[in-house]
Amino acid sequence: MRGLRAGAGPGLTAVKQLKRRTEAYLDNAATTRPHAAVVAAVVEAMRGAFGNPSSPHALGLEAERAVKAAREAVAALLGAHPDQVVFTSGGTEAINTALKGIAAAYRREGRHAVTAAAEHPATLAAMRHLEEDGFEVTVLPVDGQGLVDPAAVRAALRPDTLLASFMLVNNEVGSVQPVAGIAAAVREHRQATGRPCFLHVDAVQAVGRLPVSFAQLGADLLSLSGHKFHGPKGVGALVVGEGVRFRPLLAGGGQEGGRRSGTENVPGIVGLGKAAKLAAGWVAAGPSELRALRGRLVAGIRERFPDARLLGPDDERAAPHIASFVFPGLPGEVAVRALGARGVYVSTGSACSTRKPDPSHVLLAMGLAPGEVRSALRFSLSPMTEEREIDTALAVLEPVVAELRALARR
Amino acid sequence: MRVVYMDYAASTPVRPEVAEAMNQAMLETWGNPSSPHRFGREARKLVDDARRKVADLVGAAPREVVFTSGGTEADNLAIAGTLLARRDRGRHLVTSAVEHHAVLGTCEYLARAGLAEVTILPVDAYGRVDPDTLAAAVRPDTVLVSVMLANNEVGTIQPIAELARVCREREVPFHTDAVQAVGTIPVNVRELGVDLLSLAAHKFYGPQGAGALVVRRGHRLEPLLHGGSHERQRRAGTEGVPAIVGLGKAAELAAVELEAYGAHARAMRDRLLDGVFGRIADVRLNGHPTSRLPNHAHLSFRGVDGEALLLKLDLLGIACSAGSACAAGAPEPSHVLRALGVEPEWAGGSVRLTVGRPTTAEDVDYVVDCLADTVARLRGGLPAAAGRVRP
Repeated sequence: MRGLRAGAGPGLTAVKQLKRRTEAYLDNAATTRPHAAVVAAVVEAMRGAFGNPSSPHALGLEAERAVKAAREAVAALLGAHPDQVVFTSGGTEAINTALKGIAAAYRREGRHAVTAAAEHPATLAAMRHLEEDGFEVTVLPVDGQGLVDPAAVRAALRPDTLLASFMLVNNEVGSVQPVAGIAAAVREHRQATGRPCFLHVDAVQAVGRLPVSFAQLGADLLSLSGHKFHGPKGVGALVVGEGVRFRPLLAGGGQEGGRRSGTENVPGIVGLGKAAKLAAGWVAAGPSELRALRGRLVAGIRERFPDARLLGPDDERAAPHIASFVFPGLPGEVAVRALGARGVYVSTGSACSTRKPDPSHVLLAMGLAPGEVRSALRFSLSPMTEEREIDTALAVLEPVVAELRALARR
Repeated sequence: MRVVYMDYAASTPVRPEVAEAMNQAMLETWGNPSSPHRFGREARKLVDDARRKVADLVGAAPREVVFTSGGTEADNLAIAGTLLARRDRGRHLVTSAVEHHAVLGTCEYLARAGLAEVTILPVDAYGRVDPDTLAAAVRPDTVLVSVMLANNEVGTIQPIAELARVCREREVPFHTDAVQAVGTIPVNVRELGVDLLSLAAHKFYGPQGAGALVVRRGHRLEPLLHGGSHERQRRAGTEGVPAIVGLGKAAELAAVELEAYGAHARAMRDRLLDGVFGRIADVRLNGHPTSRLPNHAHLSFRGVDGEALLLKLDLLGIACSAGSACAAGAPEPSHVLRALGVEPEWAGGSVRLTVGRPTTAEDVDYVVDCLADTVARLRGGLPAAAGRVRP
C-alpha cells in the first residue's frame, strides 16, 4: 500500500486518470463532457462578471456585456439575429416555453397542434399538458427509420392548427427529420389559410453536430441545450423568429426582453457562448470525421455481430453521431451496466427515460417488438470522441454481448 | 480608484470554494444524473449531496427540495403550480403589495389569463403585512397565500410565522419568497410553518442559475416544466449539475457561518447608518428599523435626485442601486415605496446599500464620505464637511 502514498508512486488521482484513459464514453447524446475552455470560461465569469446584469453600475454592465457576447456567439452558430436568442435553463425549458407560450398567446386563433410519436418526452409531455388545456393534438406516426413523412404533416394541418413541433435529430436513433419539407408544408398552409401557424424545431441533438441555420430551416422557433455540445448543464436557448409572440413561461423582472424573467445565469450563459464558438468550428469543418468514426463503429459491430440490426437510416438521413443497434436476445439494461463496469459507457435509450422501466416510446413507435426494444443499445459520439474509444468499445462489447446472450439463453 | 460593491441584495460574488466545487463538477463529474452508468451515478450523488445541504440549511427533508433555475422559477412554480394543482378548490390567490416581481408578475399573468382572482394586501409604513388583514382576506376558495420573508428593496422582515399560522388554521397553503433571507438570517421551514419556500443561490455567494423551491411533503404541484421524470415529477429537465453543486456548497458554508455572517453584516450596516445619520441631514431609513435584514439599508435623502446620486456614486466606484436590480432604470418610485406610502420628495432620492462578507469598515467609511459629499453637492449646498448637521 505504500506505493499509493503521495510521493512514493502515482497518487490516487493519477491512477484514476490512467484508468479513465482506457475508457470509452459513447453516451454523448445523454450529455457531453464540458470542454476545458468552457469550464475555464464559466469559472472566469464567476470570478469577473459576478454582478447582476440588470444592475446599472459597472459590475452589472460587465455581466451584461458577457451575456451579450454569448448571445452573439449562439446567434452566429445558428445563423440567427442575437435579438432572436432567449436564454433558458436548458432544452426542456426552451421546448416548454415554445409550445405552451405559443398556445397561450394565440389560443383564440386555433387549438390544434401536430407532433410525432418519436419526439422527446419534453415535447410529448408539454403537448399532453396542452391537451388538458383544451387543445387537440395530432400525434403522427414515424416510419421504421423513425422518420416523419412531410406529406403526412401536410395532411394533418387544419385551419385551426396553431402549432407543429418536430425534432431535427432523433435522440435515440439519430434519424434526421425532413424538417425543410415540414417547414415548407407549414409555410404553405399559413399562406393558404392566412392564419397563424408556427413550427417549433427541437434541435437539441442537432446543434453542434450538423449545420443548423435558423433562417434556412424555415422554423419559427428552435430549441437547443448547452450540455449536448460540450457546454455546461443548466443552460439552453430558445430562438424565436421575428414577429412570433409567445407568453413567457416565467413571469417576473422582465429579463431577456420580457421573454424570460429571472436573473440571468451569467456563468452558464458564458459557458454556452463558449461552447457555441467551439461548435461553430466543428460544424464548419464538416461532419466527415465524425461520420467516419460512426462508420468505424457500425462496421465493427456488423463484423462482430452479423445479426445486430442498425436502427434508423444508414444514409445521409442518419446523424453523424448516433448509432443504435438491436442485439437480438441481449438484455439491454444489464448490458449497459456490464459495459459500464468495464469502462464503456453507452445507454439503452435516452437518459431521461432510463430511470423508468418503460420500454422506449421511440423504438415502439418505429414498430419494434417490446423484446427487440429491450435488446437495443445506443452509441453516441461527439467531435471530441477519439478513434481509440471506438476500438475500446468494440473490444469490450464482443465478450460482454456474447456472455450476456449466453446467460439469457439459459 | 477605489471600488466598493454595496449591492449584495442584487447578486453576491461567488465564493472561491463554491467556484472550485463547480469547477470540479464540470471537469470530473459531468455525467447526466439520469444515466444508469458510473458517470450518471456520480453526478446523481453530487445532486443528492447538494439537496441534503440545501435541506439542512432551511430545516427541510431532502425530498422536499426541488431544484430550479433560480428564485424566479421557484416563485412561478410555487404559485402557478399550486393554483393549477388545486383548481378543484378555487382560484383565489392572496399576496402583498411589496412582493418581488416574480410573485406579482405571476399573479398578474394568472389573473389576466382568467385563471385566478388575486387579492393584494396592503402593508404598513414599514412594509409589513398585518396578520388580521390576511385573516380577513382569506376565503374558502383561496388556494394559496404568498408573502415574502424579507423584502428585497427595503429589507423588512415579515411576521411569516404568524401569517402562516393564519393560513394553517384555515387550511390554506402558504408560500414565502425567502430569496433575500436564506443564507443571511436563520430560516427554518418547520418553525415558520410554511408549505412552500423559494430560495436563490446567487443571493448567498452561490452561482446565478440555481435555486430551489422547498415543498412540504404532501403539497401537490403541477409542474411548470413538463418532460422527463426529474425532481420527483415536479420539475423536468436535465439537472443543472454545476450550479446545483454550487448551491449546495453555498448552503453548506452559509449554515456554518450564519451567525458570524449576520454579526459582521450588522456591524458594517450599523456603521454605515451611524455615519450617514451623523453626517447627513434630511435622511431617512426606509423599512422596519429593527425587524430587517442585517445587511440591508435603504435610505431616502429628501429632495435629492436618486438617479443622479446613483450615477455619481458609480463614478466614485460605488456599486449600489435604487431599489431592486430588476426594477432598475424605472424612473418612477418603485411599487414597494409606493406601498409603504413614502412621499415623492423622499422616494425620489432613494438608494439601497447592502453589505456582504467582503465589506470592510474602510469600505463603509468611504461610502459614507462619498454619500455625504455627493448629497451635499446635489442639494446645491456646500460640500459635506461644511454642511454637517449632527457631528
